[in-house]
Amino acid sequence: MNRLFFIFFLLASQTMLEGQSLPENKVPFLSFGEFEPLLHRQSDTTYVLNFWATWCGPCVRELPHFEKLGKEMAGRKVKIILVSLDFEEQIQSRLLPFLKRKKIKSEVKVLSTEGQQDWIDRVDPSWSGAIPATIIYRNNTKRVFYERAFNYSELKSTVLTFLEQQ
Amino acid sequence: MKRLFFTLAAVLFLSSPLISEDKESPGYKVGDRAADFKLENVDGKTISLSDYKEAKAFVVIFTCNHCPYSKMYEERIKKLSSKYAGKQVPVIAINPNTAARNDESLQAMKVRAEQKEFNFPYLADADQSVTNMYGATRTPQVFVLDKNMNVQYIGAIDNNSSSAKRATSFYVEDAVDALLEGKKPTVSFTKAIGCSVKRPK
Repeated sequence: MNRLFFIFFLLASQTMLEGQSLPENKVPFLSFGEFEPLLHRQSDTTYVLNFWATWCGPCVRELPHFEKLGKEMAGRKVKIILVSLDFEEQIQSRLLPFLKRKKIKSEVKVLSTEGQQDWIDRVDPSWSGAIPATIIYRNNTKRVFYERAFNYSELKSTVLTFLEQQ
Repeated sequence: MKRLFFTLAAVLFLSSPLISEDKESPGYKVGDRAADFKLENVDGKTISLSDYKEAKAFVVIFTCNHCPYSKMYEERIKKLSSKYAGKQVPVIAINPNTAARNDESLQAMKVRAEQKEFNFPYLADADQSVTNMYGATRTPQVFVLDKNMNVQYIGAIDNNSSSAKRATSFYVEDAVDALLEGKKPTVSFTKAIGCSVKRPK
């Protein structure tokens, strides 16, 4: 009986692990208040936050660069988070199928656009609100913000400047 | 001490233009005088601000065919246009993306304007000169001008993109109404999520 339970436990934990490695199964939907701490993590990890949406063509074209960066930076102190501004009512119907189809491996969080007039400045004062936009930072030491799309070499070299300073 | 002050002043003097240049985004700010333009409308005619001799204010909206945020605001732009038609406040839409995408061509704009029964001019900024002059970065983005073509408001139409019903602040209407009463708009600048202006390849 114990053994059966153990096997069951193994199977269960296996599924849980799989669930974790497949971000398309579920994505958190955050208010800006819940999201904001992610802009100010105090650690030696470099955070790369890309603001995008499935309805934004240039964003979708840029996504593979972040995916590739994630692969290349594996094992280094770089955390990539794709911050989706998709509409809440399209998370199930559009965002999740998109993530699955494109086999997106990076962490994805959906940020509610509620209160955007107030919070756009709190992401970065120079942001007009257009996407794609990307913020890269490491604790209080360095922070850059771009309201534009990247090509891969630009993105990688920008992130490397954060790592080389460590 | 004097020398320290001098050095400090020199440093400030030398560094300040750099800082302000860095932060300065091109285009109009509230208070700037907007230049007139001459752009082709979906009906084949060209339109300029100076065509509206009796205008008491102008609502210039950068918007386009494909952007979901633009689409969500189409009905609201029509409402603005009909609300202010009798008050000599023209609502003029400008598409900054005409040259960048096939689905934003003048022909595609004509189709959209007909399908959605636009009651306002929908102009093609084929070389993006007007877009750059105004400094529009996203769609939709509104510039409200007073009758002397001074920019009095830049930003969103209201504070809820996905639902007109849930909006609680009506920035453009408030700005126009203030101008019609001879006042300055209380809110003169807002930001909003939107689609970036597309640059031709």
